[in-house]
Amino acid sequence: MSCCAPEAGVFAHATDVCGASPSREEIVLASRQATKNLREVRLSVPSIHCGGCLRTIERALANLEDVAEARANLTTRSVVVRWKEGLSPPPIAETLVAIGYPPHLGDNEATGADRSQAELVRALAVAGFAASNIMLFSVSVWSGAEVELRNLFHILSAFIALPALIYSGRVFYRSAWAALRHGRTNMDVPISIGVGLAFAMSLYDTIHGGPHAYFDAAIMLLFFLLIGRTLDDVMRAKARTAVRDLAKLTARGATVEHQDGARTYLPVSEIKPGMTILLAAGERVPVDARVQSGTSELDRSLVTGESAPLTITAGAIVEAGTLNLTGPLRLKAMAVAHDSFLAEMVRLMTAAEAGRSSYRRLADKAASLYAPLVHSAALLSFLGWAFATGDYHRAATVAIAVLIITCPCALGLAVPIVQVIAARRLFERGIMVKDGAGLERLAEVDTIVFDKTGTLTAGFPQLRDSPPADSRVLALAAALAAHSRHPQSLALVAANTVREAQNVQVDDVREVPGQGLEGRTGSGLLRLGRADWALHDPGTVSISSRYPRTILSRDGQLLAVFSFHEHLRAGAREAIDALKAQDFEVAILSGDHAAAVESLARELGIKRFEAGLRPGDKLARLKGLAMVGRRTLMVGDGLNDAPALAAAHVSMAPSSAVDVGRTAADFVFMRDSLEAVPFTLAVARRAGRLIRENFALAVIYNAIALPFAVAGFITPLAAALAMSASSLMVVGNAMRLNVGTLRAAERPERITPQASRPPNAIARVVE
Amino acid sequence: MSVLVYLIPVSIALGAIGLVAFLWSLRRGQYQDLDGAAERILFEDEDVPD
Repeated sequence: MSCCAPEAGVFAHATDVCGASPSREEIVLASRQATKNLREVRLSVPSIHCGGCLRTIERALANLEDVAEARANLTTRSVVVRWKEGLSPPPIAETLVAIGYPPHLGDNEATGADRSQAELVRALAVAGFAASNIMLFSVSVWSGAEVELRNLFHILSAFIALPALIYSGRVFYRSAWAALRHGRTNMDVPISIGVGLAFAMSLYDTIHGGPHAYFDAAIMLLFFLLIGRTLDDVMRAKARTAVRDLAKLTARGATVEHQDGARTYLPVSEIKPGMTILLAAGERVPVDARVQSGTSELDRSLVTGESAPLTITAGAIVEAGTLNLTGPLRLKAMAVAHDSFLAEMVRLMTAAEAGRSSYRRLADKAASLYAPLVHSAALLSFLGWAFATGDYHRAATVAIAVLIITCPCALGLAVPIVQVIAARRLFERGIMVKDGAGLERLAEVDTIVFDKTGTLTAGFPQLRDSPPADSRVLALAAALAAHSRHPQSLALVAANTVREAQNVQVDDVREVPGQGLEGRTGSGLLRLGRADWALHDPGTVSISSRYPRTILSRDGQLLAVFSFHEHLRAGAREAIDALKAQDFEVAILSGDHAAAVESLARELGIKRFEAGLRPGDKLARLKGLAMVGRRTLMVGDGLNDAPALAAAHVSMAPSSAVDVGRTAADFVFMRDSLEAVPFTLAVARRAGRLIRENFALAVIYNAIALPFAVAGFITPLAAALAMSASSLMVVGNAMRLNVGTLRAAERPERITPQASRPPNAIARVVE
Repeated sequence: MSVLVYLIPVSIALGAIGLVAFLWSLRRGQYQDLDGAAERILFEDEDVPD
């Protein structure tokens, strides 16, 4: 899939009103050669939720002709399908939609991240094997083996420890070396030095028949630290996969008309300026382009934050990522994908992220204090013992005991174990944590900035006075509206709960782009749309600009006026109330018109809001907040929010957000409810507290153990016991995140894998 | 104590077998869907690995 560069993803919008399942062309584009005559594609299927789903999907796909193998995965909610090469691909997506599991195209790139995780797990396995075997010998030595046997066991331990230390320790040596080369120090420096010195010293003692060897301590140290590293990596990988697999749907390509009139479906990355693009209603604009012919309306909500569709005609310029709603368009591409509107956003984001990289992770902060302390303690005890006794061997043994006992075993686990448990907690509630650092930053937040369209609101309009007085008129309007993808039409269809629509016969329905819909019934010509088009005498309807309206008329006479308002995202009110109750400063930054923003802000009781902001303005507002020392959480979904998401101290995006938005955000919430925001904040704060407690535990442990080590009382047995005990203590403390105060905040919530749409709209997608 | 001549290699070999088995199962992707594996055991029809 390297042909489809990441920029293709910008058009993704989860179960979009107009997004159908991937076409066969897209599946072929996304597939890869698995074996000599099999092609393989990975599809993300968010609605997989139980074992039964696995079987239903595998059976349905296996029954297709040409499908060689189908394997569904419950953990990653995806399915891998292999089919026989050469033929047109089997109707995979169609089959999945038919059985109720609409798929999205996943990302088929084998990422470097997966490889690093595999390396960590292998290193962990080797360290575990070596640690358990060496420990068998050590226990015999500690329980008083005779001198010859002890020496034999030490030699055997050395033979097992050497390859294991080399293989499993590479992760740490590499990172320590990289840090030292740049004149910095990190947690891995004392680890590498401690492990290396302990092994060298033990080897020397083994050769000379000494009584103590620290092979077990060295390898156990690596084992514990690798557990922490692996957990950290697993957590991030899990979130990465989940975020990556979110609906990478729609415009991975577009139909291009060549000079000779031939039409082909090209991936976005192959569309060049000057090409003629044929865009049907319901498709997203692939690259920035100029309209050559056609009239339609554009949904720009994901790009600019405007909630009302914009009417466009020939000559208009359309940005990549906007959604064509009502009529077919012929476009002339003006830029390649790299130079489109997205590129401007990416440039702003890169600049914004540079500011954030100054954040240092807690563990690194701790290490920069800790490493010099440990090293000077070890050096001082070496010098002290050397001066006091003149016995350099004894002095070295003590110094190494100090290094081992203070080695940041508990510190290495203190942060990742808490973050892994927190991430799991959040994952259960459909919230993905991209990086542990996000959790640390979130705990410091004092200001929360929301985008409006698609974040505080659901991103689609709702009929204001529903249920309306006259259900028959609504049924009539809905019967017409069922033929359109316009957001207001969808809202009308959704509002028509009385299923009279079936009884209404409307013929010859056609959509007049930019105007509305018209159709015939027995009693006359119905029109649904703009007042000046639907009515003979538009002056009869009073003009109210507060809410967008649409008119239903029969033969030019007014039947009904429908007005719409933006529909709050589920849980928005509760979330805002909860945040205000906790004394967070809440603000709205929106790209939409002032009137729409103001009415929403008033409805939610938010005092600070700004409207009509361009992406650069949002970025500037966030930088301004950072300048006065505010730590902001930005919650947004649109392309126009992406730079702000990257600039904020920490950021969240709903799963319906554009691709770059999800990439820029530290957290992505998969379920509808905005209550994910206060919940995540609560978890992050609690995790922050537990991490500090863990650090305190590790420090206390060291404060107790260090004097013993300096005094020379630490034998290998004592070191092993102390290390295990401190690690267990830290892990046990982290487990407390699973119980306690958060319980109250939790309420059972219906699982909706994607942003919900009005029920009828979902039905349309499935059709 | 001559029994150690056998016991030590045996104990190391057992550990090594465990290690190799783990690495093999890791390579075969047996840990890629732990949630799914827990459910699949309940399937009634034969689920033959390839």
